[in-house]
Amino acid sequence: MFSRVLLRSLEKIFKTTGCTKRNYSPKISFNKVTDSTVKSLRDLLGEKKVFTEEAVREQHSHDESYHTSAMPDVVVFPDSVEYVSKVVAFCNTNRIPVVPYGTGTGLEGGVNAVQGGVSINMKNMDKVVEVNGLDFDVTVQPGITREALNSYCRDTGMWFPIDPGADCSVCGMCATSASGTNAVKYGTMRENVLNLEVVLPDGRIIHTSGKGRRAKKTSAGFNMTNLFVGSEGTLGIITQATVKMHGIPEKTVVAYCHFKKIEDAVDTVIQIVSSGIPVAKCEFLDDSAIKAFNAYSDYHMPVAHSLFMEVHGPEASVHHLFNEITTLCISNNGYGFTGAEQAEDRARLWKARHEMLYAVNALVPGSKSFVTDVCVPVTKLTEIIVKTKQWIDKANIIGPIVGHVGDGNFHVFFPIKPGDTTALNTVLDISKQMVLLSLALNGTCTGEHGIGLGKRKYLLQEVGEDGVSAMQQVKQALDPNGIMNPGKIFY
Amino acid sequence: MSGIRVLVGCKRVIDYAVKIRVKPDKSGVVTDGVKHSMNPFDEIAVEEAVRLKEKKIVSEIVAVSCGPTQCQEVLRTAMAMGADRAIHVEVDPATYDHLQPLHVAKILSKVAQEEKVDLVLTGKQAIDDDANQTGQMIAALLDWPQATFASKVEKTNGELKVLREIDGGLETIKVRLPAVLTTDLRLNQPRYATLPNIMKAKKKPLVKKTPADYGVDVTPRQKVLKVEDPPVRQAGAKLASVEELVAKLRDAGLIPT
Repeated sequence: MFSRVLLRSLEKIFKTTGCTKRNYSPKISFNKVTDSTVKSLRDLLGEKKVFTEEAVREQHSHDESYHTSAMPDVVVFPDSVEYVSKVVAFCNTNRIPVVPYGTGTGLEGGVNAVQGGVSINMKNMDKVVEVNGLDFDVTVQPGITREALNSYCRDTGMWFPIDPGADCSVCGMCATSASGTNAVKYGTMRENVLNLEVVLPDGRIIHTSGKGRRAKKTSAGFNMTNLFVGSEGTLGIITQATVKMHGIPEKTVVAYCHFKKIEDAVDTVIQIVSSGIPVAKCEFLDDSAIKAFNAYSDYHMPVAHSLFMEVHGPEASVHHLFNEITTLCISNNGYGFTGAEQAEDRARLWKARHEMLYAVNALVPGSKSFVTDVCVPVTKLTEIIVKTKQWIDKANIIGPIVGHVGDGNFHVFFPIKPGDTTALNTVLDISKQMVLLSLALNGTCTGEHGIGLGKRKYLLQEVGEDGVSAMQQVKQALDPNGIMNPGKIFY
Repeated sequence: MSGIRVLVGCKRVIDYAVKIRVKPDKSGVVTDGVKHSMNPFDEIAVEEAVRLKEKKIVSEIVAVSCGPTQCQEVLRTAMAMGADRAIHVEVDPATYDHLQPLHVAKILSKVAQEEKVDLVLTGKQAIDDDANQTGQMIAALLDWPQATFASKVEKTNGELKVLREIDGGLETIKVRLPAVLTTDLRLNQPRYATLPNIMKAKKKPLVKKTPADYGVDVTPRQKVLKVEDPPVRQAGAKLASVEELVAKLRDAGLIPT
């Protein structure tokens, strides 16, 4: 008993003086969820809102990634921020893990309840709270997905352009700092969130910019909004978000072009971006990706490295930009340059691009894809993509490359049959080499998918020991009991 | 050769994404404070008219909507998409609750004649009543040919070649102008209204009329007795064995004893 007291006071000393240089948080032990815990939750929230059925828990045990499923013990469906606050406060007092759940479309195991606990599914909080057309801002609850938001606002002439592919929850996009195909022109979530309502790990409800505030700029206090953007549910639960909207482009034109050599395609991108052309989408698909694309979405493109691009703007400038891009593509030996203006043709092309994950899975029936995600400054892109392709070819496996190359970000989709450990190890090895090269080229280990479960080991190398310990201090300050989505970002 | 003049019918309905709730008194559904927008099939009709205008086949697009004041929002959206002007046939909310396709068809036929249009375009049906009658009734009242459930429209000399979606598959027909067309889902993907066009639409002409102006009597011919939710889905049960299943089926009288 004395030694336990000693150990705990030593732990306290280490925590307060911050002299631990370990690269992972102190081991936390949680309480198990028992029948009496479930009963207390039911008393607190109502019979009908607390679920323990296996089927429900299984649905909340995984996202779209390759990570092993991990079931929560209980799933709740709040309908108000007060409800969320009660659940979180209860779990904090009783040291039970809490995992927020949006649409389950993440790619790094963000919703996997690796320590069990309570999964909080936000879908019943689905109001569009406020639309301010003339101010270009909208406030939404977590149950609203980005496509639902755009449909709601379609008469206003505004849209929310951040498009990571899946039809994900807008608040989930805040939590993971989502980006996607349009980021090259409109930015990522970091640049587009004005205010968040957050339930802190002790149950307090805060508005990061102040309740109801939606000024486009502010210098008031710490930038708490961007602290929570990308925090992957480890610092609090987002229950409302005020986001920036943009004008729907007057004209949109899509163009695609093919190249014999990867270098030519990537060089074209670098030239487009470096000459300041405000391209709205700039996507690279290698020959292997085009093969999957053709088969899954019934296209007949030449199986070659390709660029899919889109320009937005007033009629005259769009034509001008389109011509500039045409010139650059052809000067880099691009061929088969094609443009498309009609809404159906554009929608069909981008739908097929967004379905690449499923297209790749379809190449190897029964497989789930391991998706890599690195991002480097655009001038370093050629080197890393060429090397990646060499590693893939050498390992003799299927690994289509698809990327938001305008931002220097690209993904490789490796279809793996569950249980095929040899393939998984090969892929993990290539992924590791890609990340290490990205870090060496002044890049990041994750452009948009987040650290989640899979990239924890790289955080240390990316931001350094002091960087990580500073992050952990913030985590400790807001979540001393470590209940918020344990196991994510840090070990 | 002067282009075709088009009349597009646009109905204001509860937005397709809204969760509909029945009023406690079962007299109808809750509409107060609920998001409304243009019937999606009518959006497709407006889009088709605008595309035909861009191809120089159509010279003028007139959008029309029957209903309360808020219908003007739908008409402004139609003009933001590319309609040239709009007619709002105002019907007070109480009368609007009982307005039927036949009333609307009579009004739109008169509008079509007054505006001397060559083509009436509407959605195949509205997503609130799913009636699928107005277009066909307009054609009958005007004694014009009709091409319904259109999924592709081409102009050939004085005629329209229309691909129709029917139960058995696809049917291609030719109709002489003037004609009535109703649009199906796969005809096109409507454009979103952009900000400059929304601003321009505010200045486009919008004329207010009443059913009386067209000599149409909108006295209700039907009365809604009640509106109810479908029955709540019952919970299922996991059974342990085939014997238990058979026993339950017997108890429910679904198989002979």
